[in-house]
Amino acid sequence: MSKIKNAFQNGKAFIPFVTCGDPNLETTEQLIRAMEKSGADLIELGIPFSDPTAEGPVIQGANLRALSGGVTTDRIFEMVRRLRRDVKIPLVFMTYANVVFSYGTERFAQKAAEVGMDGIILPDVPFEEKEEFAPVFRKYGMDFISLIAPTSSDRVTKIAAEAEGFVYCVSSLGVTGVRKDITTDIGAMVKLVREANPEIPCAIGFGISTPEQAKKMAQHADGVIVGSAIVRQIGELGEEAEKAVSGYVSEMKAAITI
Amino acid sequence: MEQKEGRFGVHGGQYIPETLMNAVIELDKAYSRYKNDPEFQRELTALLNEYAGRPSRLYYAEKMTEKLSGAKIYLKREDLNHTGSHKINNVLGQALLAKKMGKTRLIAETGAGQHGVATATAATLLGMECVVFMGKEDTERQALNVYRMKLLGAEVIPVTTGTATLKDAVSEAMREWTNRIDDTHYCLGSVMGPHPFPTIVRDFQAVISREIKEQILEKEGRLPDAVIACVGGGSNAMGAFYNFIGDSSVRLIGCEAAGRGIDTFETAATINTGKLGIFHGMKSYFCQDEYGQIAPVYSISAGLDYPGIGPEHAWLHDIGRAEYVAVTDEEAVNAFEYLSKTEGIIPAIESAHAVAYAMKLAPQMDKDKIIVINISGRGDKDCAAIARYRGENIYE
Repeated sequence: MSKIKNAFQNGKAFIPFVTCGDPNLETTEQLIRAMEKSGADLIELGIPFSDPTAEGPVIQGANLRALSGGVTTDRIFEMVRRLRRDVKIPLVFMTYANVVFSYGTERFAQKAAEVGMDGIILPDVPFEEKEEFAPVFRKYGMDFISLIAPTSSDRVTKIAAEAEGFVYCVSSLGVTGVRKDITTDIGAMVKLVREANPEIPCAIGFGISTPEQAKKMAQHADGVIVGSAIVRQIGELGEEAEKAVSGYVSEMKAAITI
Repeated sequence: MEQKEGRFGVHGGQYIPETLMNAVIELDKAYSRYKNDPEFQRELTALLNEYAGRPSRLYYAEKMTEKLSGAKIYLKREDLNHTGSHKINNVLGQALLAKKMGKTRLIAETGAGQHGVATATAATLLGMECVVFMGKEDTERQALNVYRMKLLGAEVIPVTTGTATLKDAVSEAMREWTNRIDDTHYCLGSVMGPHPFPTIVRDFQAVISREIKEQILEKEGRLPDAVIACVGGGSNAMGAFYNFIGDSSVRLIGCEAAGRGIDTFETAATINTGKLGIFHGMKSYFCQDEYGQIAPVYSISAGLDYPGIGPEHAWLHDIGRAEYVAVTDEEAVNAFEYLSKTEGIIPAIESAHAVAYAMKLAPQMDKDKIIVINISGRGDKDCAAIARYRGENIYE
């Protein structure tokens, strides 16, 4: 068990996502520190991938900007090492299987753990393929975080039973991105997870952008994940995004703190 | 030829978002049920024969054989199929399967537009909705096929992300599938993607090698010495190879698109320049950089302009059962013109890659040897682009 559980001991967890290197790594580093200060309980660091098939246009754009700026996996590891001098909250990577596989899964896990990462999310590695990755990360003390989706139905039980860190509950069909309404019965989804694994925290992501949505989602779960709404601000404000992002994180954390 | 379910050696698998897992499991179950269902097979055979015009001819290219003065050359005429390529074989199978599964909408990716046209055609025939994703760049270089798809009632969505070519069309079709699964089947056009697609598409394309075998035995009383096909994702090659895999005397040769050359960045030759990776639902070889970023590949042929290759080809390469050679734009264009002028057959620029390699290989072989080239599609769609390549500006 990594220290990811700490993220869920401060009321409902607020989990922001940023794409590393968008628009450059200095800005990402600054934003991560600012988000911790503003109440983020855990941060997802996206390692950009050329062809992010689970992302909507907003995060696709961020991936492209970051890669055009020359960011690499090694430079992201070095950024995390610098951040770990003072940033205490759990940090997890979110990227695609090929980024890890091409680096060498063992080499990637070892390096990620060494610089201070706590977990990894690979949206293109489902339950059936996780044995190729999860045990390697476990060996280095990192959690392999599983996702469940509105279409998972009979699969929820087995996924939850083997889940590590937290369960990432995908709120809606489709790819990442801001949505006006979330119609999935989140309560029922979380209930199934809890029945299978009473210990594991559940965080809900995909489509959440407003404090009202976050509050509503938090009633059903242990945490709320927000990506596109933050990445959009960074896309618009670039190096000047810190103030807006900090304000937004504080507002979202307040909304889910009852 | 699979070992573990959905794996070809280390290749294959199901590297896709959780949202799609139940959809591919459902597809796998339905396919397992219908592939051995005589009623399904009867319906499919009727469609292939009566509607698509199968079996396709195995034509002895006498003039080409004489000119090259080496091995005897036969052309498998998939270009004569309805819609103009081998793509219809797979599409009729998948569309019929989707219909049995209660799906009412087909989505597809397309590169050159041949798979898109085939899917639009099958959708029309079976009364289904159809949406085709096509890279913006490809909609421009294959404008005629865009018009054909629209004429057939399909919606064509130009994809502007990434390199705006085939790989981005696949990504966008996958994204759309995660968005709408209940009534929608993703009619994947090649032997790639997550299990069970590589197996399903191979099985539906295997009709090509089944026919070649029967036809060559009838004409020559023996098996060919080499079967040559072009490879992007690899569906026509897999179809042409499959029933010969167990016949070790038959050389299986896949021709990859080298673009401007495998020593340049403007290439799409995956086996020749790529390395093992995970993308588009499968483990296989991909053109990529040292950090696993997928490379922006290039070929004059929109249908071969893809940075990966189907997992079963990757495995045939690993075990040395098939050879994968690289053919440049220039060689393919020469072969396009050569076959047109020699045999009066205008091949698709994709298929011209296979013709080009046969032109090199045949003269090195004895006259009692036999080569079969799979002419996967016809070249009408390419005439404007080849004219431009030769510096002649014509309107389509």
